[in-house]
Amino acid sequence: MARTIIPFGPQHPVLPEPLHVKLVVEDEIVQEAIPALGYVHRGLEKLAEIRDYHQMIQVVERVCGICSNIHSMCYCQGIEEIMGIEVPRRAEYLRTIWSELHRMHSHLLWLGLFADAFGFEALFMQFWRIRERIMDINEATTGSRVITSVNVVGGVRQDLTPEMCSWILSEVDTAVKEIKEIQNTILSDYTVCARTKGVGVLTKEQAYDFGAAGPTLRGSGVASDMRLLKYAAFDKIDFEPIVEPDGDCYARSTVRFRETLQSADLVKQAIAGLPQGDIAAPCKGNPEGEIITRVEQPRGECLYYIKGSGKKFLDRVRIRTPTFANIPPLLAMLPNCELADVPVIILSIDPCISCTER
Amino acid sequence: MFKKFIGNSRAKSPWIMHFDCGSCNGCDIEVLACLTPLYDVERFGVVNVGNPKHADVLLVTGTVNHRNAKVLRNIYDQMPDPKGVIAIGACGLSGGVFRECYNVLGGVDKVIPVDVYVPGCPAKPEAIIDGVVTALAKFEGLKG
Repeated sequence: MARTIIPFGPQHPVLPEPLHVKLVVEDEIVQEAIPALGYVHRGLEKLAEIRDYHQMIQVVERVCGICSNIHSMCYCQGIEEIMGIEVPRRAEYLRTIWSELHRMHSHLLWLGLFADAFGFEALFMQFWRIRERIMDINEATTGSRVITSVNVVGGVRQDLTPEMCSWILSEVDTAVKEIKEIQNTILSDYTVCARTKGVGVLTKEQAYDFGAAGPTLRGSGVASDMRLLKYAAFDKIDFEPIVEPDGDCYARSTVRFRETLQSADLVKQAIAGLPQGDIAAPCKGNPEGEIITRVEQPRGECLYYIKGSGKKFLDRVRIRTPTFANIPPLLAMLPNCELADVPVIILSIDPCISCTER
Repeated sequence: MFKKFIGNSRAKSPWIMHFDCGSCNGCDIEVLACLTPLYDVERFGVVNVGNPKHADVLLVTGTVNHRNAKVLRNIYDQMPDPKGVIAIGACGLSGGVFRECYNVLGGVDKVIPVDVYVPGCPAKPEAIIDGVVTALAKFEGLKG
């Protein structure tokens, strides 16, 4: 049969975001995938020229609404390192708590969308119902559901009272209990396994060669996690990256599912070890010098390059986000799959297009 | 009689479609959160569809840029009349925090006519539901 080109996107029911992929199809089998990006490009790195380095926190939080807290944490860590600010221990623990809560809500969101991609709408609803508990914690502790705006240069803006801590613990416990109730459905249901096992396989060598990041890399058996760099409070917290060897969609969803439970455990550890003290160190002067910082986002490694020259405005902010790294592996997964599996495979890398294009 | 039936159904059960026009995802996940059990707009008859030809109300989030303005215009043209458009979030209203970026047109109403504006960064699900209900006033007048 002759080759046909089928456009996937920019507006597609399974994608919340406009990603456009041209699929070259022969007898319903995908031969080649050609991505076309640029639908969400805003050019926010250039805003560093007109917003000073404190205002840039608000801008980098809006690189992506789903992992906003971790973006601002990475940016603040970079500025603090350039300026030599010692962040109080309590602030580092609070950052850890909020970043892990963010990872939980992001993974639950993804697990729901993934279930929706293979047509399991009841499971989508269940995951999003549990996710609302985490959103409630965000709203109660920071004042906003999605874009939390807690990080400032030198520390954090909000503090947690002991009553709040015990309430967070009980909410997280309830969420974990509810997640475990649907564990069997996402991990061993026949229809779920039929749609995900052996689909979109990325071998360990391919994952390494194409430079995959985050759960996509760990789902292919490479134990790489930026939290091992011991930023924030991760030096005092028990942490072991989660790895699955198979490299298919099922392995990637298992990694994210187990990470959700792991993040709940990390939140508990951080609250248990929360020290007393200040929540922010004073910040004087302007940043001078350049720095590269890395953190682990829900989708993988996020890298910030920041350059300042002693002025209020930064010379350059460069952001490399995990989905950008995961697009070449995605193009390696798509050939020789069936057309019906394309939405599942595309979602399995957890695409965040607004991160990629900024 | 058929016209009356269609007019009543449209006001009773609007079908919505969501298009991300370059937002940061914050508003998009809040739009999706409206559909899920805590907010559950389906109890008001609101159904999310993926095809513009089925939709009555278009929810647009995000700063419109030069590349996706064409897509937005195309989706709007494919929707059958009468139709409502809701711009969501500070970005959809004016460009928000990205107003001064080089690739931002700044506001959905620069490309297509907008009926309801929902402010917020990101807009809360309650505000989005209120926006949809406000947009329905447009269909109320068409009841038989």
